[in-house]
Amino acid sequence: MRLLRIVPDDTKFDFMRFRRISFPMSALLSIFAIHLYFSPGLNLGIDFRGGTLIEVQSKTGPADLAKMRATLGGLNLGDVQLQQFGADTDVLIRIGEQPGGDEAQRAAVAKVRDALGDNVEYRRVEVVGPRVSGELLTYGTIGIMFAIGCILLYLWFRFEWQFALGAMIANVHDLVLTVGFMSITQIDFDLTSIAALLTILGYSLNDTVVIYDRIRENLRRYKRMPMPDLLNSSVNSTLSRSIITHVTVTLALLALLLFGGQAIHSFTATMMFGVVLVGTYTSVFIASPILIYLGVGTSRLATSEPEPEPTPERAAVPRGAAVPRRAR
Amino acid sequence: MLFFSRWKVLAILLTAFVVCLFALPNFMPESVVQHWPKWAQRHIVLGLDLQGGSHILLQVDANDVRRQKIAQLRDDVRRVLRDARMANTNTVRGDTVEVRLRDPNETPQALAKLRELSQPIGGVLGTGSSRSVDIVDAGGGVIRLTVTEAAMLERTSQTIEQSIQIIEHRVNDLGTVEPTIQRQGTDRILVQVPGLQDPKRLIDILGKTARLDFRMVDQSMTPEQALQTRPPPESEILYGQKDKQPYLVEKQVLVSGADLANAQPGFDQRTNEPIVSFRFNGAGATKFGRVTTENVGKPFAIVLDNEVISAPVIREPITGGSGQISGNFTVEGATDLALLLRAGALPAKLTIVEERTVGPGLGQDSIEKGKLASYVGSLMVVVFMLATYGLFGLFANIAVAVNVAMIFGLLSLLGATLTLPGIAGIVLTVGIAVDSNVLIYERIREEVRAGRTPITAIDAGFTRALATILDSNITTFIAALVLFFIGTGAVRGFAITLGLGILTTVFTAFTLTRLIVAWWVRQWRPQRVPI
Repeated sequence: MRLLRIVPDDTKFDFMRFRRISFPMSALLSIFAIHLYFSPGLNLGIDFRGGTLIEVQSKTGPADLAKMRATLGGLNLGDVQLQQFGADTDVLIRIGEQPGGDEAQRAAVAKVRDALGDNVEYRRVEVVGPRVSGELLTYGTIGIMFAIGCILLYLWFRFEWQFALGAMIANVHDLVLTVGFMSITQIDFDLTSIAALLTILGYSLNDTVVIYDRIRENLRRYKRMPMPDLLNSSVNSTLSRSIITHVTVTLALLALLLFGGQAIHSFTATMMFGVVLVGTYTSVFIASPILIYLGVGTSRLATSEPEPEPTPERAAVPRGAAVPRRAR
Repeated sequence: MLFFSRWKVLAILLTAFVVCLFALPNFMPESVVQHWPKWAQRHIVLGLDLQGGSHILLQVDANDVRRQKIAQLRDDVRRVLRDARMANTNTVRGDTVEVRLRDPNETPQALAKLRELSQPIGGVLGTGSSRSVDIVDAGGGVIRLTVTEAAMLERTSQTIEQSIQIIEHRVNDLGTVEPTIQRQGTDRILVQVPGLQDPKRLIDILGKTARLDFRMVDQSMTPEQALQTRPPPESEILYGQKDKQPYLVEKQVLVSGADLANAQPGFDQRTNEPIVSFRFNGAGATKFGRVTTENVGKPFAIVLDNEVISAPVIREPITGGSGQISGNFTVEGATDLALLLRAGALPAKLTIVEERTVGPGLGQDSIEKGKLASYVGSLMVVVFMLATYGLFGLFANIAVAVNVAMIFGLLSLLGATLTLPGIAGIVLTVGIAVDSNVLIYERIREEVRAGRTPITAIDAGFTRALATILDSNITTFIAALVLFFIGTGAVRGFAITLGLGILTTVFTAFTLTRLIVAWWVRQWRPQRVPI
């Protein structure tokens, strides 16, 4: 049976050569992303800005957004946004935070209920008061920074400091670009988005660690190979695994995106961008070459030299023998 | 790496099997499961976004607690000084009760008496336990008493405990299914009521303090006169709940709702309008009897949360201790009020700071979508793995299947909550779990290419790959852990399934996949590795 081979066995791309392009490009993209963060900025959901979210389903055919907008506009509730949400009978109503503390938020909901009456079914109502929204924002931000810190410590413990730093730079760059993506698409930024960001962080580090592991192994094995060549070799040998895993994760996310429904749509879209697009790119084109700049393997020569290839041990296990016992 | 002693095999298979068994109660019908022993009945709890329901976060009004504590202090001060026969005037200034003794020479005795009011508040392991009241001698017969922060915190804590009990009573009376009511932080209460049909009613009931007082109407002047000038010192203006008219009502509470033994909704005999009939306990009945006897012919006010419900005239003494309240109620209004009176008044004002309600329609939809996405996603991954690795792909798929079953088992065992993001977490885990197997297989391929024999290649593949698997999964695990602590509700569900998924993934990679491959190697003694 011929098996599927997405990546040929002996790829020898020179990934490191692209670092002269990828680094400046990433820097530019990051700056652009940061700019996007300030304008237009993230579309903060009610979890972080306070306010009310009501999902209604029209009982009488497709929803008349214009009419609803007019009705609700007349209630004097400040910033009211309506948008279609999935099916054409579903409408998402967003009401900004009302002045007057927590009581005022509930009063606003009551007004909306009265105005829309029985024509709609209330699928979901979420009210977040000013106190709670402030806290969620703080915790969310602290959480992300704390996660970055913990992971940095862990990597430092397992690898050398250059690896830890390199991984961190690459992955914070991931987060920055993802935040830029969310700003430009104006995807809802709520608690599930923080979940997506943290997962992207964890998962793309996953990726980077696999490559670093191989690099570390090669550093020990090929003591005189120049860094660019060594890095290329490491990336090439893990390429197959990377691509295959990215395909499986993409398949999983695709299923969620297409069939998971509107409720988690913003979450899956963000994950897709973060994990698939950015994660792959940074692990190969940023996380690896950055090691050169951080001074890993500086004792090596810049050009290649004939290197005695260590011969793999051909342990002669005669056919039919029992599998050797190993004390584990 | 490929050797497994018989005991090890047994241990691994047994562990996996037992954990998976715990997932069973979720898929069996209720009628079958209820006959099993309690520990076997543990099952997954569906989050509110999947089964519909309300999540309400209440916060104690700190100012209310403060005011109550200071009022109580003032009453205590009055009582102590009156018993000691020390004439004084006392006023409240902000957080302080200021006492001005008529005879400044009595200050030392007054201080001694007042010091008794200050009680120690438990410090942890005697690390500077503070007192409940700070007493300062300001000279010239003036003494200032302030309630300490420690006392405020203690009072808030007590308020929360009392409130939880009362809320439990109210929510249970509504006839809800398995509500969760728990404390959150120092001054908040979380109420989660699944499968709720009428969330609006629940919120109305939770929001009301429901303090019922019976007080006399002050007839010394009309309410309008009082509004124009000033109400007499011992009375205040309150407005009617339905009619919004001003009433001049004495401040002193004659009988309160705390003395009620029972309250039931009913209908007035003559007018057939909805009313609430109530009955006092012994002490309440006596007080009520005395008040009505002394005040025949005068109106008294029934006050609920500082609004006047009605102000009937006392026609005759009521010594039986029962009566009825009528106030233009709807049937539901009367039922709800009776419910609130039975449960008791909340000790302080509670504000709703966060509310999330999901209707059952959306909940059902979310489950359907979640299931569909899971099936499709898993199927795609399974097919891809088979296409890429053939037989070994099959092994990987078996391992992942057991992995998912174990996640469900663990969720059941822990009684954890499954939310829609949680389902997404499981689907994601399927994608990530495969990675462990891919790492192993790619390594094996490399070893084969480098010229090793099948068995050594497989062995080396496992050895080298497992360290990497551990390293890479730990980072995602840290992220899941952080998310668990900062997340609430639905997002927490995601952190739980992701975290558990990583644990089971590492477990199955280290054990099951190896086990299956080792078994295959032993059975077929392959000449080449079919990867």
